[in-house]
Order: sequence, then C-alpha cells, then structure tokens
Amino acid sequence: MISAMARRWESMLALVLVLGFTLFSLSSPYFLSVDTLSDATFNFTERALVALPLALLIIAGEIDISVAGIIALASVAMGLAAEQGAGTGTIAAVGLGTGLAAGCINGALITLGRVPAIVATIGTMTLFRGIAYAVLGDRVLKNYPESFAAFGQGYLFGPVSIELALFVVMAAVAALFLHATRWGRVVYAIGANPVATRFAGIPVDRYRFALFALTGLASGMAAVLLTSRLGSTRPSIAQGWELEIISIVILGGVSVWGGKGSILGVVLAALVFGLVTFGLGLMNIPGIVMSIFTGALLILVVAVPALVQRR
Amino acid sequence: MPPLLTLSGLHKSFGGVRALAGVDLELHRGSITALLGENGAGKSTLVKILSGVHQPDAGAIHFDGVATRIPTPTDARDLGIGVVHQECLVFEHLTVAENLFVNAHPRRAGLVDWDTVQRRAQAVLDELGADFGARTSVASLSIAQKHVVQIARALVNDSRVLILDEPTASLSQRECAELFRIARKLRDAGCALLFITHRFEEIFELADRYAVFRDGVSVGAGALGTTGRDELIRLMVGRPVEQLFPKQAVQPGEILLRVENLGRAGEFEDISFTLRRGEILGIYGLVGAGRSELAQVLFGAERAHAGSIGGSLAGGVDIALVPEDRQSQGSILPFSIAANIALPNLATLAPRGWLRSRSERALAQHWIDALAIKAEGPAQAVQSLSGGNQQKVVLAKWLARKPAVLILDEPTKGIDVGAKAAVHQVMSEFAGAGHGVILISSELPEIIAMSDRVLVMRRGRLRGEFTRADATPSALLRAASDA
Amino acid sequence: MKFAYRNRSQVARRDLQFAVLTVVLLAAVVLKYPAFAAPDNLAGVLDDTAILVMLALGQMLVILVRGVDLSVAANLALCGMLAALFNREFPDAGVLPVLLLTIVAGGLLGAFNGILVWKLRLPPIVVTLGTLSIYRGVIYLLSRGSWVNENEMSPDFLAFTRAHFLGLSTLAWLALACAAVFIVALRRLPTARNLYAAGGNPEAAAYSGIDAGRMQFLAYVVCGAIAGLAGYLWVARFAVAYTDIALGFELQVIAACLIGGVAITGGTGSALGVLLGCLFLGIIRSSLPLVGISAFWQMFINGVVILAAVLLSARPQDRLRATLEAPR
Repeated sequence: MISAMARRWESMLALVLVLGFTLFSLSSPYFLSVDTLSDATFNFTERALVALPLALLIIAGEIDISVAGIIALASVAMGLAAEQGAGTGTIAAVGLGTGLAAGCINGALITLGRVPAIVATIGTMTLFRGIAYAVLGDRVLKNYPESFAAFGQGYLFGPVSIELALFVVMAAVAALFLHATRWGRVVYAIGANPVATRFAGIPVDRYRFALFALTGLASGMAAVLLTSRLGSTRPSIAQGWELEIISIVILGGVSVWGGKGSILGVVLAALVFGLVTFGLGLMNIPGIVMSIFTGALLILVVAVPALVQRR
Repeated sequence: MPPLLTLSGLHKSFGGVRALAGVDLELHRGSITALLGENGAGKSTLVKILSGVHQPDAGAIHFDGVATRIPTPTDARDLGIGVVHQECLVFEHLTVAENLFVNAHPRRAGLVDWDTVQRRAQAVLDELGADFGARTSVASLSIAQKHVVQIARALVNDSRVLILDEPTASLSQRECAELFRIARKLRDAGCALLFITHRFEEIFELADRYAVFRDGVSVGAGALGTTGRDELIRLMVGRPVEQLFPKQAVQPGEILLRVENLGRAGEFEDISFTLRRGEILGIYGLVGAGRSELAQVLFGAERAHAGSIGGSLAGGVDIALVPEDRQSQGSILPFSIAANIALPNLATLAPRGWLRSRSERALAQHWIDALAIKAEGPAQAVQSLSGGNQQKVVLAKWLARKPAVLILDEPTKGIDVGAKAAVHQVMSEFAGAGHGVILISSELPEIIAMSDRVLVMRRGRLRGEFTRADATPSALLRAASDA
Repeated sequence: MKFAYRNRSQVARRDLQFAVLTVVLLAAVVLKYPAFAAPDNLAGVLDDTAILVMLALGQMLVILVRGVDLSVAANLALCGMLAALFNREFPDAGVLPVLLLTIVAGGLLGAFNGILVWKLRLPPIVVTLGTLSIYRGVIYLLSRGSWVNENEMSPDFLAFTRAHFLGLSTLAWLALACAAVFIVALRRLPTARNLYAAGGNPEAAAYSGIDAGRMQFLAYVVCGAIAGLAGYLWVARFAVAYTDIALGFELQVIAACLIGGVAITGGTGSALGVLLGCLFLGIIRSSLPLVGISAFWQMFINGVVILAAVLLSARPQDRLRATLEAPR
C-alpha cells in the first residue's frame, strides 16, 4: 500500500534528518558525542510512543486530541498511588490501567455515543486534565519510590535508554501490524471508506474502539516513562503535547483525511522532531518559542501538499 | 421559432478523462426534451455546465440567439436556468420559504424582508398546487415534495429553462403523475424543459422531443413522434439489443433460508419468506419500501429488532450482499482490485494474520479471468474501471467467499448492457450451482425475467408474493404503489 | 455522518427549555445563598461572563460553517499584549486607537486561519491547533517574556471597561449589545442567512451561488476580530498582560457554544442559545466559591459540560424514510 508519493515523503524526511544532523554537528562540537545523542532521544521517545497508535487512529479516519490529558490523568493516578505507598510495579500498572480506561472512555463515546471524535476528545481532554487540576490544585506529587525512576532514567545497555529500546520495539510491532497483517489492512480500509468496509462484513466500530483504547494505553505508557523521568507529577504535565504528537504523526506523512500513511514515516518524523527540538534547546530557545516552530511545521506539512495539488 | 437554448460542440475533460467530446443540444420553448444516455454518457456533466458549476473547455452556448457563458450558479439563475437535482439539493434545516430564496432574499433596507419571502413562496406553492405550506420544514418532506420545492425555487427565479435530472427515481406512480402534471403546466406556459431519465415509458408519456448522448457525444436528436423504442436503444447502446436475461430453469431444492416476522423499527416489519437452493427470489418495490434495509439486516450489517433468520445449514447461513451503491458502499475506490477482493476474505487469505501480497494478487487474478473484468491487472485502482467492471469486482469479492446466499441490491443500475448481461449470467450460474439468490430491483423487466418468485414490498411490509407465472408488470406495480 | 437538522421551531423550543434550566439553576443557587441574588453580585456575574459571551458568539459563526477555532484564546492574548504594549508606548493616544488596533489585528489573525481553510481546504482543527501555538509563541517574542503591569497602563486604558451605566459595566453592556446585534443580524442579514445555508448543505449552497469557503473565511475574520477586541478588554479589566493570559479559554468558549445548542456539524444554532449557555456556565463558575469548590474544578466542569452537551445532542438519525411513505 506504499505508493510512490509516500516513498518520496519518507525520502524527504530522511534527507531533512541527514541535513539537520550535519548542520547541528557543524555548529556545535558537543553534538556528535554518543552521550549527547543519547540524551537527545528523550526529546522524542515518549511522544513518539503515543504517535504510533495515534497514527493508526488517524489512518483509520479518526483523531484523538486528549492524549496529553490522558498522560496527565495517568500521572496523577500514579502519584496518588505512590502517596499511598504502592510499589513500583503497582504504580506502573496504575498508570497503564488509567491510560487504558481513558482510551476506552473515548472509544465508548465515539462508537456507542456516536459523538464525532473531534468533539469527544476535546471534551475528554478537558475532562481528564480537569480532573488532574481538581485533584492536585497547585500541589506537586513527588513521593515516588527510587526504583520507579528506572523506567524513564534507566539504560538497557550502553547509551541505549530503556525508553529508546521500548520505542524501537513498539515501532517494530506497529510496523508489522500495519503493513503485514490483515488487521492493519482493515485500518487502512476503514480510513479510506468506512461504509464499504462495514459492507464487507467487518465490525468497524470494534476496530475503532480498540484503536482508541490502544492510544489510551500508549498514553499511559508515556505517562509512566515521563513521570519516572521527571520524578514528579504536576497537573500541567505534558501540557501542549497533543499538538506535538499530532504534528509528528502528520509530519510523518499520515493524511488527516485517513487511509494513507506509514510507520516508517512516523518514526522518521519523530527523529526529525527530536533533532530539531534538541538542537533548538541547545541554542537556548525557550519552549514557548519552539512551539511556534511546531505550530508552523504542522500547518506547513498539510499546506504544502495542498498547494502543490492546486497547481 | 428558434430554440431558446442551443449548445454546440461542447467539450469538457476532467484530468485526463473526457466527459464531453463534442455535444449538441437544442431546447425549444413550450417543449419537453428527453435526454437519454447510459451512465458515463455525459449527462451529469452537461447539467453541471448548465448550472454554472463547471465551464466547458470548448464549444458555444446560445441563449435566445445570443452567445452566452455561464461562469457561476448565480449566472445560471439570472439567465433563467433552473435545475431539479436527483439528490434533492435542498436545505433540510430551513423552511420551504427560506429554501426558495437562498442567496436571493427580497430585501428591505439591506435586510431580509421575511414578509415578502413568505408571501411569494406561498403564492408559488399555490400555483403549483403543492400539498404543503411555505412554513413547513423541508426535513419533514418526502422526496417527491422536495422535488416540488426545487421546481418552486426555479419558478421563483423566473426560470425559462428547467432541467429535471432523473426526478422519478424514488417516486410512486401517483407522485410521478403529479410531477408530470406540473411539468406539462410549465411547458404550456412556455418553459423549455429538459427531462433526463432512463425510463422509456416516461419518455413517451411526457416528452415531445429527444436527444441521445453516448460516450460524451450527441448521437441523435429530434421530435419523438416517429421514433420508436428500439431505435432509441440502438442510439444509446450503439448495437442491437442482445439477449439480456439468460435465465436457467432450475428445480428448487431444500429450504436454505427461513425468515420469520423480521422487523426493524422505522424501516420494515413482519417480513416472512423462505428461500430454497437454486432459487432466484426477486424483491420488487419502490425506493423507500424498505428492501435495502431488509437486505442489510439479512446480511448482518444492521440488527433486527424482531423476528428471526434461520436456515437448514448447521451453524447458520453465510449470506453475502452486493449493496446498492457500488461506489460508496460496494467498493473502496482508491484501493486496487486485489485489495477490494481481499477485504471480505481476509480471514481465509491470512488465517494467522500475515497478509501476503502474492496470495492477494493470485486471488484477484483468478476472478479477473473468471468474470472477464477489463483491467490492466490486479493492482489497478477500482476507481479507474468502468461501472460494469466495478460491479464485477464487487461480485468477485463476495463470490470468493463461497456464500450460500447472494443478495444483490439493484446490481445493474447504471451499467452498460454488456455488463448487465454478465451480471445476470453470474446470478443464474450461482443459483444453478445450488445456492440461493435474492435479487432486489426496481426494474420490472429485470425482476420478471430473472426471478422464480417475486415478493413485493411497500412501506416496509410485504404486500404480495407472486409466482413466475403471476408476476406481470401491472400486478407488481399495483402491489408496490399506493395507486 | 447523519445530521439531526433542527428547524427553527425546534431550535426555539430548545432555547426555551434551556432558558428554564438556567433559571432553575439560578434559583437553586439563590435558595442556598441568597446573597447571590444581590444586584451587585448578578452584575458581577454578567461582568465575568461578558468576554465569554462575545467570544462564544464569534465562535458560533465558525462552528455554523462547519469549522472550529481553537486559536481564539491565543488570538485574544496576543492582541491584548499588543494593546498593552501600544498603550505603554503611546499612553496619551486614548482608547479609540487601541480598540481599532486590536480589532484589526484580531481580524488579521482570524483571516490567516480563514485563508488556509478556504483556499487550501485544510482541516480547521489542524490549522487552528497550529495557529494556537504560533500566536502564543509570538506573544513571548513581542514581550520578551516580561509582563506589562497596571502601573504601566494609562488611566484611560483601564477606565474604559470599569465605567458603569445603570449599574452595569461597559463590559457587560458590550456583551449585551453584541448579543443583540447577533440575534438580529443572524435573522435579518442576507450574508448571515447564507452562512446557515453554507454550513447546513455546502453542495446545495454552491448551486445557489454561495461559496462555502468564502463564508468560512468571513466567519474566521469576524471571530478573530471579536477575539482581538476581547484581548484589550481582558487586559484592561485584569490590568495585566503576559504570555499565558486566557490559557485554555478556547475550551470554555466551545463548551458554551455546544451547550448553547450550536451543532458541531454546522448549519444549526441560535445566538440566544449561546447567550444562555454562557450565562449557565457563568452562574456555575460564580457559585463555585460559595459552595467551597476551588477554581481548580473549572476545567473539569467544562469537560463535563462539553461531553453532556454532545451526548445529549447526538440524536438518533432523523427517520426521514418513514415520512417518505406517510399517507397524504
């Protein structure tokens, strides 16, 4: 299903990646060290982890803006569990479970409540983060056990962090799922024409529900990693991440209209994103200015193909 | 008297596809011209050009002898061209009065003058003899009434040319008669009407002139008096009519499907029938009778609220459905032939999950050969196939499942005669092989020729069951309409 | 997607039901906390809700034509900062230039959204998600991260929103005037009627000579202009301008529209309904401190309101087919 145009998009991303790499290594002597690069990966691993199932969701013609809200909710749940004295394993389970439950709520709203995904997830985004604020107010939760830090701060071997390893594994699984299995084919079909897919005897709503649940689970996973890396929970955790994660997916060549996209593209986009944000960070550009880039990038990525098509 | 509207040598292409390749048409005052042509002949493109939505690449338009262009829909309206669209392009959430004056509100001091809107709308409705008022919400109207709204809108704009695009597709006998009455009234008042249809009976009943398009070209036109039906078909198809309905005689076997008191709220109720091996069961009725909804419940896409579906085979009956709209329901246009055929067969193609393109392509190639699908290969996108070949792809994907029952919902709508014959052939062979077929059609000749038995539905209920011998056009029509 | 079209009588009925609900809510609060009914307090509630009303009316236009504008709060903040900076540079210029500046600036920011949606047919959610970040970031660039405080604002600048007539502030009067203009204009202005047509059935609208894309553009410009004006009003009222003002406010605005009966699918909605929706939310927000619930619950409540509103308005598809066969 990878058309010639998709391959061109991925080649372009790869080119951007190489160019960016070269630029940054030329401008800063510290850039090319293994340690620096290893640190750089933290800029994208958590976001990219959520981008994977979100890509599947968008290919299936849906959208989920509540992912950052789910991260916040899961993080708060974990913080409360930690306060109650729970062990690392339990805390992680709470995070994953909260994410999964939140994803299921989204899925139910859209498949059972028949609410359009945009509005549903605007609502749940507000709801989930609202719960985080209501429960915490301006408190910070910090009582995480020491071993909990291993998820976000630990290394598997050498410079490869646990986060990076986890992402690589998940990316491989997602790629196999989408491009080599029959369920991945169904995801494309639902995005291209949900009515005809239903008429082909496929339970479209069940797939949708599952995709939302998966996205929630991945958000929970990201919450575990992020909270473990930061060592604390604030209600504003992962603020603005929904924009960045969606940007990664769309930058990766996934069409907002559904039916097109590849995991390779998303992975490359995540690398580009990580590279750019890390590089900008090295240049001491504050986060809020970086978000101008992200916003502009998002618009450019959808605008350029539209402009080209108008010719 | 010279024609009111003359089109000469119109050309229009979209991308690389030629929709119109030199089309001529004349519309005269006080006359109804029937425009005939198969799907893809260029009729809808012509309507879009006359509506001001598209511009011709070449050719001339003369209105009242004066050379004109129609750059926008507003220009079409100002010229006096009104259109009644098949899909009822009306605003459901507005009232009838508001619909008539969209973007053409009478104003007072720059603001909308609602009193005038109301008054003029009601006046036009009265003139047409409509059975609903100007304050009615359009969402509550039937399709026939919505057509009247569109006609009223054309009248309000002082249309001198009225285009009726396949208006009778969903109307009952009585509604058709009413529509024709209005059309004749407009004709007598000097309007030039263009009546687009593919139903021969209507042509001879209503029109006094004809024009035929084929593959984007005008192939004939003139007064209807002397030309017969066969001549018209010859013009449309370009070759003499072949045997259209190859039906095998088959001895029905054991009961395959038993439906009892099946119902779904708001759509149909109390439907009971049986289907035997080797049988082709026809279901006739007007659009809106609930046949497609019944088909979807039988297939399993929707759930029944009452009744049961059972069969002789243990573990239930595998039922396949070729849906009514092959472009939006039957196939995924941007996907390849192979991907389309694979979609309902994924469980058998990839039993443990791994989908191999080789097996996908092999399956598609098998059916391309079996059904003589005209295509470059399994990788060709379905949207670049002709209507008939697209329908063959839809058939292939279900036949590959080897179902016990095949339901076909208006399978030959809008496809060329050759492909029609092929579809009927497939149906006959499938039934002949000991399976069951349910054919849903609004085309009387097709239903009568192909079915062993005919069920007639009206407003969601079964109104009659006819054997092959009893199924005459008048008997079926009477049962199907509220005439 | 099937739409539940609601004709005018159904809309009117819904508005009436909601008005009753709002009154019931008010009554419930007043019963528990009689002080709430004091004229000063009610005027204060209106004051607090005024900016929400104006933004929601603008957002309604965008939602009517099947769009959404997530960048309104960022737009507001940016124009507010512009107003504050202008005022700091030219404190003697008076209020009028500031008003003009913010309206024009807001309109331009809205036009940027509108052009992308109209000419390039980009999905509104993506466009406004992008401009949301861009506009916020630009505030930081303009102000270099610093705040503009009360002592840097001229007296005229601050006084405009605080002036009182007949017990209500300028702010409240502006909001009421806005609502009144919208209620009349949406009914009587031909362009506004075309907006409803374009949002309800873009295809049919095209055949009537209405360019749905152009209608969307207009809606975004008006929405942006209102947001710009609201920027000055916000900054003047709270006497401070910084990067994060009105952060997340766009969600409240959308919530107000949704519970005001504006269908997310376009084509349906009434200005009166939106006004009522804002008052409803405003009463809830004002009564929170009385009940002892901290302001941190505000976001959660918005979320509940949004979800409740959409769940309740996702009606079963109109049974049009049944009417097709109805006896005549």
